[in-house]
Amino acid sequence: MSQTIEATRRGFLATASAALGAFTLGFRIPEAAAQPAAAATPELNAWVVIHPDDRIVVRIARSEMGQGTLTGLAQLVAEELNADWSKVSTEYPTPGQNLARNRAWGNMSTGGSRGVRESHDYVRKGGAAARMMLVQAAANRWGVPAADCAAAKSMVTHAASGRSASYGSLAAEAAKLAPPTEITLKDPKDWTIAGKPLPRLDTVDKTNGKQVYGADLKLPGMLNAAIRDCPVFGGKLASFDAAAITSRPGVRKVVRVNDSAVAVVADTWWQAKTALDALPVVWDEGPNAQVSSESVAAWLKEGLDAPQAAVGNRVGDARAAIAAAPRKLEAVYGYPHQNHACMEPMNATALWTAERCEVWTPTQNGEAALAATAEAAGLPPARCEVHKIHLGGGFGRRGAVHDWVRQAVAIAKELPGTPVKLLWSREEDMLHGLFHPVTQCKLTAGLDAQGNLTGMHMRISGQSIVASIFPQNIRDGRDPVVFQGLNPDGPEAAIGYSIPNLLIDHAMRNPHVPPGFWRGVNLNQNAIYLECFMDELAHEAGKDPLEFRRSLMQRHPRHLAVLNAAAERAGWGTPAAPVNGLPVHRGLAQTMGFGSYVAACAEVSVTPAGEVKVHRIVAATDCGHAVNPQQIEAQVEGSFVYGLSAALYGECTVKAGRMEQENFDTYPMLRLDEMPKVETVILPSGGFWGGVGEPTIAVAAPAVLNAIFAATGKRIRTLPLKHHDLRRA
Amino acid sequence: MAKLTVNGRVHDVAVDPETPLLWVIREQIGLTGTKYGCGVAQCGACTVHVDGQAVRSCSLPVSAVTEAQKITTIEGLSPDGGHPVQKAWVALDVPQCGYCQSGMIMAAAALLAENPKPSVADIRSGITNICRCGTYNRVQAAVQRAAGTSAAG
Ligand code: FES
Ligand code: FES
Repeated sequence: MSQTIEATRRGFLATASAALGAFTLGFRIPEAAAQPAAAATPELNAWVVIHPDDRIVVRIARSEMGQGTLTGLAQLVAEELNADWSKVSTEYPTPGQNLARNRAWGNMSTGGSRGVRESHDYVRKGGAAARMMLVQAAANRWGVPAADCAAAKSMVTHAASGRSASYGSLAAEAAKLAPPTEITLKDPKDWTIAGKPLPRLDTVDKTNGKQVYGADLKLPGMLNAAIRDCPVFGGKLASFDAAAITSRPGVRKVVRVNDSAVAVVADTWWQAKTALDALPVVWDEGPNAQVSSESVAAWLKEGLDAPQAAVGNRVGDARAAIAAAPRKLEAVYGYPHQNHACMEPMNATALWTAERCEVWTPTQNGEAALAATAEAAGLPPARCEVHKIHLGGGFGRRGAVHDWVRQAVAIAKELPGTPVKLLWSREEDMLHGLFHPVTQCKLTAGLDAQGNLTGMHMRISGQSIVASIFPQNIRDGRDPVVFQGLNPDGPEAAIGYSIPNLLIDHAMRNPHVPPGFWRGVNLNQNAIYLECFMDELAHEAGKDPLEFRRSLMQRHPRHLAVLNAAAERAGWGTPAAPVNGLPVHRGLAQTMGFGSYVAACAEVSVTPAGEVKVHRIVAATDCGHAVNPQQIEAQVEGSFVYGLSAALYGECTVKAGRMEQENFDTYPMLRLDEMPKVETVILPSGGFWGGVGEPTIAVAAPAVLNAIFAATGKRIRTLPLKHHDLRRA
Repeated sequence: MAKLTVNGRVHDVAVDPETPLLWVIREQIGLTGTKYGCGVAQCGACTVHVDGQAVRSCSLPVSAVTEAQKITTIEGLSPDGGHPVQKAWVALDVPQCGYCQSGMIMAAAALLAENPKPSVADIRSGITNICRCGTYNRVQAAVQRAAGTSAAG
């Protein structure tokens, strides 16, 4: 097993052809044949392999898509192992190996900012167990008690006798020992590898062109496929005229893919793509061809006042409190569909025969990819394998649903024994995303004579991701994930305010556009709705937005601490220095999601012509334990690019049942010239493990929108900003 | 049949003359460090140098390039990853997923070749590539570092 995965790191092409070679000789992939392989390779346990030359290979079950999980998880294992960090590298076990070894590596899903926070316990135990076995092996060799030996920097020493041995020299003996049953993990305050701002392990190959992504894969004899799925979601493929293109150079086959798509298989992808462009296709678009963004919006609007709604959070009697309040405020917000737009379009390479199917693909969830492969191949999972390839971005698109894998396998089934790489064009990727759900929200609140908030009703209307992807998790019409950041107390995504009378409910309205988990998920719109409305309430009450929030946050010390930190660091309460002669205004937002507490203070100026410039964002994060502070900073900066792109530009609109935006010219994103300065304050308060890949996205937009109000007096309640005229009258 | 000089080697390629240079580099010449992101000159993932100039190769037909023109891809930027831009990228741990980074590095190298001491404003307006992971601030800092202008901010 180790042999093949080792090769993965040296260069994928070697592995791919080796695996393929073995595969074609009766479909035995080397790793499957060799596992569990403890005798041949110095595997101490599922997580740790130590070679005789002291190289340490840490196995990583979660996927690296840029978020730094690979390095962070390796740090945690190496910490408990007392490893020499300079000797550490990583490899992915395959989903097939995980299946064959009774899920020795646990859950492979990489989403919801869970990579570190859900697996820190067992990966650290894997490192600690390996260390204890190495120490025991040394103690046995020297005939001394293990308690008298110490392990540090990949060496075991026995101080009394001055003896020492390297991990590499002990690994084979250690691997024969029974794993320890009692494992005590280090106190994080004693960490020397974890918790440190170490450089990533995967940087160099990303600076010289060597990093192989799924789109780069090349197998011997491989053909290339381009695909077009019915642009109207839910529509069908009626017919196509293959004869019109079969004589084009390189074209091998034109394939119907399931019931809604057609693919061209050719020698090169460019040949396939251009032939597909020339292929006459007739679609059966079905009733969804009548749907538009306007019709969806009208349906959602109806849900804002619908009698039926699932309750997410209820305290007291909000309706009565609002009715009795001397001052009331109401506002309606909305958030549009958006595409993940991973820089690397969806792709998978599949090799199918009647006996076995293998897939190579960038995936956030190897096990789900394996399940999709098996289903599409018509074979049991034990006869399938998925090789996880590095991801050119994931953001939730490459997680739960492996639509592109099913397509690739369906195409490969038409060409048994020939590997086929399916690569989506950017246009296909834009038209067939799993889109950020569309929602609207009506907020109603009552204030007493002193401007205190006495009741609030937050009615969300719109799409449920869970209803589409995990319908079994909908109970009594209630999608729990819709209430991210708005839940009663809890470790995952709790509201940070104590409001004496509160009702938060959801009227589910699911348009035909397939929704997906989009980095930040439902926290994105919920934080905008709540934090912008909090700003509106503060203004209505004649109070400072920070003070107004603080008065509601006394029972939420962690929420409050990050808000205070962001505000203080930004200089809230003191005037911001003008930029280019324009006054700079600040806006605040805070939320909790993915187990972490986050807050931001944005500094914005607006020109008389209405042009918005975001100059600086100060972000505070309490993720409990901070595994790699410099990677947390990178995630905060990156998440603001995602969040600001969404706030300024992000929108996919439906016309005649299909998405209108087909490429980056109509789906703009933030670029360097618009990037604000980002200052990250990490406040790891300890005692819990929160995610860092997503939560800060959610505070970017509301902080900026609140700053825009401070600058212009205009409330932006629907995104993206590009539709709003902020010119001064 | 076209003749292309890529990273100092001449390649004969038999392709439709309309084929974008990107796909010839990736599929015929087999250098996959240069990426496909959009195909419409928007994102810069496909950036290569043609006679030292940054070019979005997805939107340049191969027939527009002659054998005399020197094409450089990320694989040919330096023999050992030792170009100052690559070194700065490693020192500051710029990449996240990395997919856009070949294009970013090629754009940055071309910018510095033309303007060895760019101001921050020059960098911000000169690098127009898209990074969906959001590495822009580190890109900016790494260009400054490669230019030796970090202290000047
Ligand atoms: S692929 Fe060429 S600019 Fe995007
Ligand atoms: S590093 Fe992922 S797109 Fe730039």
